[in-house]
Amino acid sequence: MTLSQRVFFLFLLAINFGTVVNRKKTRISIIASILFLLLFFLLPAFSQPLSEGNPGDSKHQTVKEKFDPESFIFGHVLDEYEWHIFTYKNFLCTIPLPVILYSKDQGLQVFLSSKLHHGHKSYHGFSIAEEGPYKDKIIETHPDGTISRPVDLSITKVVVAILFSVFLLLIVFLSIAKRYRENPKSAPHGFQNVLEPVILFVRDEVAVPAIGKDKYEKYMPFLLTVFFFILLNNLLGLIPIPPAGANVTGNIAVPMIMALFVLVIVLVSATGYYWKEIFNAPGVPWWLKLPIPLLPLIEFMGLFIRPFVLMIRLFANIIAGHIVALGFFALIFIFGEMKAVAGYGVSVLTIFFTVFLTLLEILVAFIQAYVFTLLSALYFGMAREEGHH
Amino acid sequence: MELVTPGIGLIFWMLLSFTLVLYILGKYAWKPILNALKEREDSIDEALKSADKAREEMKKLQADNEIIIKEAQVEREKMLKEAREMKANIIDHAKEEASVEADKLIEKARMSIRNEKNAAIEELKKQVAVLSVEIAEKILREKLSLDKEQQELIGKYVDEVNLN
Repeated sequence: MTLSQRVFFLFLLAINFGTVVNRKKTRISIIASILFLLLFFLLPAFSQPLSEGNPGDSKHQTVKEKFDPESFIFGHVLDEYEWHIFTYKNFLCTIPLPVILYSKDQGLQVFLSSKLHHGHKSYHGFSIAEEGPYKDKIIETHPDGTISRPVDLSITKVVVAILFSVFLLLIVFLSIAKRYRENPKSAPHGFQNVLEPVILFVRDEVAVPAIGKDKYEKYMPFLLTVFFFILLNNLLGLIPIPPAGANVTGNIAVPMIMALFVLVIVLVSATGYYWKEIFNAPGVPWWLKLPIPLLPLIEFMGLFIRPFVLMIRLFANIIAGHIVALGFFALIFIFGEMKAVAGYGVSVLTIFFTVFLTLLEILVAFIQAYVFTLLSALYFGMAREEGHH
Repeated sequence: MELVTPGIGLIFWMLLSFTLVLYILGKYAWKPILNALKEREDSIDEALKSADKAREEMKKLQADNEIIIKEAQVEREKMLKEAREMKANIIDHAKEEASVEADKLIEKARMSIRNEKNAAIEELKKQVAVLSVEIAEKILREKLSLDKEQQELIGKYVDEVNLN
């Protein structure tokens, strides 16, 4: 992607976000975003010449690269080994991130991702695959020419974004908790005012009705953590400026872990009644259970399908929003390639669409956090059911 | 396909950081926050309840006060009535006693007057007797010679005396 595409993309996203954050201060936000972008232009520390040491690659630069919407969209949506900020002609502005590998031959290897350029360099036999089953992943080329994938625990872009959001969560909630601990009976102040209704909402509208008044307390830490983790990452995913802007909740590994937590908690807190409901549901005709255990089988599969659907729902919702937004931006460049004027014309339309889309995405960010939390709470409530008296 | 294939590294880091954040927030943030919220709710509940209770007590007190005031009024009325009755009684009694006393005094006075009168009459009778004797003596001394005339005179006097 060229610099102009990058800048334009970031600029549009910044405008959208500014519009959403505060309508009255839109102009200030635009100016602030431009200044912020300029700051990134002037960051030489992260910048490195692209062509250095790649003489065989010169045709890449002389031939004008054709815009590829697929790689444009998936480049943003998928994980990366480094945090790519922009490219200007020969200038690749990225934040290098640590690569952590473990291979059978070489043991543990830790180095910065700047040592590996996309398909151009290899370091200790490690390189990023350009094609094949491991495309865009680090592979190890053994001396005998075979290729394998080492255990890859790299701090990738999404990992950095996760760590950043964890850091934010810890700072915000530990500082608020301090206030609560020091004077529990005083009225909330400042940021407490924003978060207290949300915490109360999770408690009174999600946990208590779904789990029950006498049993909900045990599940509150998980529900609150999940809710704020999803919400924060959904919202951060809409901000196009590092360290925000990575596609965290839209990466399947993230909802997968949370769904696994839900599954484990359900299995741990399941009562005898819950298991009976699964394997020998009362009030069901015997022929659904006896010769072929049809219903028990379905119920047992449901135990795993529920968290699985939880994962897919969050993942698909978030990634769909990102892909649609990026698709709108891709339109600009597709038309721009045909004719510059067409690109500018479409960009006006795109702005309208993306403003609307960003608003929608903010709504989706809240809804998905709420739905994930609510469904988790419902599953916990089902697992804790003691039967009807 | 890569879209739905979770990377091992990401799973590892997500598991690690999520477990960590769950543990730290659970122990050092959610617990104190939820406890404080509960405590605050309880204290507000308590305050409202005690305010209600105080209001109720206040109402009860006021009702009690009214009852007491009413009772006091009734009592006062009764006392006043009693006092009035007593006053009337005392006055009546005094009047009666006074009239009885007066009657007695009058009776006494009458009695003594009668006695005095009787005594005076007795006295007078005696005096008259004495006088008549003296007179008789005198007459006897002077006109004992004229027998007839004398007897007539004596008779006459005696009659006169008896009449009186």
